[in-house]
Amino acid sequence: MALKTIPASRGPAKTSGRDRAERKLAFRMTAPSLVIMALVAAVPIGYAIWLSLNQYSVRTAGLSRFVGLENYINALASQEWWAAFGQTFLFAGLSVSLELILGTAMALLLNLAFKGRAVLRTVVLLPYAIITVVSAITWQTMFQPNMGLVTNVLSALGLPGGDVVWLGEHGYAMAVIVMADVWKTTPFAALIILAGLQVISAETYEAAELDGASKWQTFVNITLPLLRPAIVLAAIFRTMDALRVFDLPFVLTRGANGTESMSMLAYTQLRENRLVGEGSALSILTFLTVMVVSVIYVRFAGGNIRDVAKEEQ
Amino acid sequence: MSTLTAERPTAAPTTRPKAPKRRLRGESKLHPLVWVFVIAVMGFSLIPFYWLVNTSLKKGASLSQGELFPSQPTLENYLVVFQNPEFLLALRNSVIIAVVTTTVALVFASFAAYALARLKMRRKAMILTLILSVTTFPAIAIAAPMFSIWREIGLYDTLLGLIIPKLTFALPLAIYTLTSFFKEIPRELEESAYMDGATPFVAFRKVILPLAVPGLATTAILVFISVWNEFLLAVTLTTSPESRPVPVAIAFFSGTSEFDQPLGTISAASVIITIPLVILVLLCQKRIVSGMTAGAVKG
Repeated sequence: MALKTIPASRGPAKTSGRDRAERKLAFRMTAPSLVIMALVAAVPIGYAIWLSLNQYSVRTAGLSRFVGLENYINALASQEWWAAFGQTFLFAGLSVSLELILGTAMALLLNLAFKGRAVLRTVVLLPYAIITVVSAITWQTMFQPNMGLVTNVLSALGLPGGDVVWLGEHGYAMAVIVMADVWKTTPFAALIILAGLQVISAETYEAAELDGASKWQTFVNITLPLLRPAIVLAAIFRTMDALRVFDLPFVLTRGANGTESMSMLAYTQLRENRLVGEGSALSILTFLTVMVVSVIYVRFAGGNIRDVAKEEQ
Repeated sequence: MSTLTAERPTAAPTTRPKAPKRRLRGESKLHPLVWVFVIAVMGFSLIPFYWLVNTSLKKGASLSQGELFPSQPTLENYLVVFQNPEFLLALRNSVIIAVVTTTVALVFASFAAYALARLKMRRKAMILTLILSVTTFPAIAIAAPMFSIWREIGLYDTLLGLIIPKLTFALPLAIYTLTSFFKEIPRELEESAYMDGATPFVAFRKVILPLAVPGLATTAILVFISVWNEFLLAVTLTTSPESRPVPVAIAFFSGTSEFDQPLGTISAASVIITIPLVILVLLCQKRIVSGMTAGAVKG
């Protein structure tokens, strides 16, 4: 996994000649992939940095001038960037928390031995295979005024929200987007957490039972702490994904009503407004934001993972 | 890796030392409240699908009334979708892009993953970390400059122009998943090949690859799903129906206004492209589960 490293050696080396041959082969076998990734990831990002330092004429193709950090300064001084920044983090915070809570609950269910567990696992997995655009459309049909299931049920029960144009209002639109994300990606969190659950040994539980611990005590004092590495892992994967959210707001609101994400803002400036310099600066800012969060995560959570691994031994 | 556990019905530890006889091995009776929860989870997963299908079968007044069961179910929406040449083109594009990207990624990734899983190598940890960090890159950081580069060199709005950047995200996913599969293959098998005088590369080709077929298949499924799903690169780097893949075609299905979408037709198109994925999950769920959690527990 991301947070551990592979032991580099495998037993005492037989001859240094074979070692050298092996290292050479290893290099040759990894090189093509690394070259492709460098060419198609590192080079464009480097080029984006260059683009972001220039201003491009919208009217005359090829006309540009070097403006230094002006695009960044403008972006960081703009209300749009901070709105998108806040909305992206709001979305990530809400959806990842819900996914972890629901995912843990789902994992506990899937870990129970009962008739129908296989059916449950299949059913739970289905939304994961759905493409995000379709997930967005699915939840649009659920919340559409008059024709949606949720809006109709709310109206029938006399509850608030039945006559709301969900995608057309602040807050409500974000709620639909969070729902669509939770629906599609909770299975992923659940399966990671389930994998963590299944390596907790039966003896641990038996010991707890002998000590007279209640089920709730066992869950809080044994299961949850031992599950922490798996939950943290699911949190990292999900957060990194949520911070680059694009498809859901694109399809559901086109970024209107307080749902524009960092990626969407950069896209709009670049493709719709044809502002290459500004759009590139925004995409570099998005990139940096995601990288900073991932470093923070690995710093803090990585430590947690190591601690738990030590305790287990 | 957790393949194992997902497949074994007895893997779950029952808290009681001895289960009563009449139960199957390891199977326990659930508390009624737990059943309520099981049903709630199933409902949450399935009801939205039902509503999508329901919407796709309705037309006109029936569509705007939100009937729980369509009173006059019609396949008209599906006919409209299949008569739409742009949708058919998008399907073709998606298949080409996904198949080519998956194949190329798997070939390169299996080499890299073997080296990372088995061979002595300098800075292996760093390389692995680097590869993994690529999976967290926001696609916009690549899409934005690619948009400019591709327009300069004429790859903008072409299938190849889409396959290349998608490969950047498919490769790390494939390498990461395959590395954990390769690590599971017992070393003894290679060692005996070495005894017979095989070089590491021959051991890879003759011993590891044949044994890794299930792992390769799993990886192929995951990469295929992720390439098929990808949207940001696709929407940034294409503009015409000739190169648009399915997710973009659906997102742009008739008009860009979110208020007058013909939701019935869009739902039908969504159902059509969802069916193959549902079949894939039904047939290969064990593989998908094992691939998704590959390496999640053990390094």
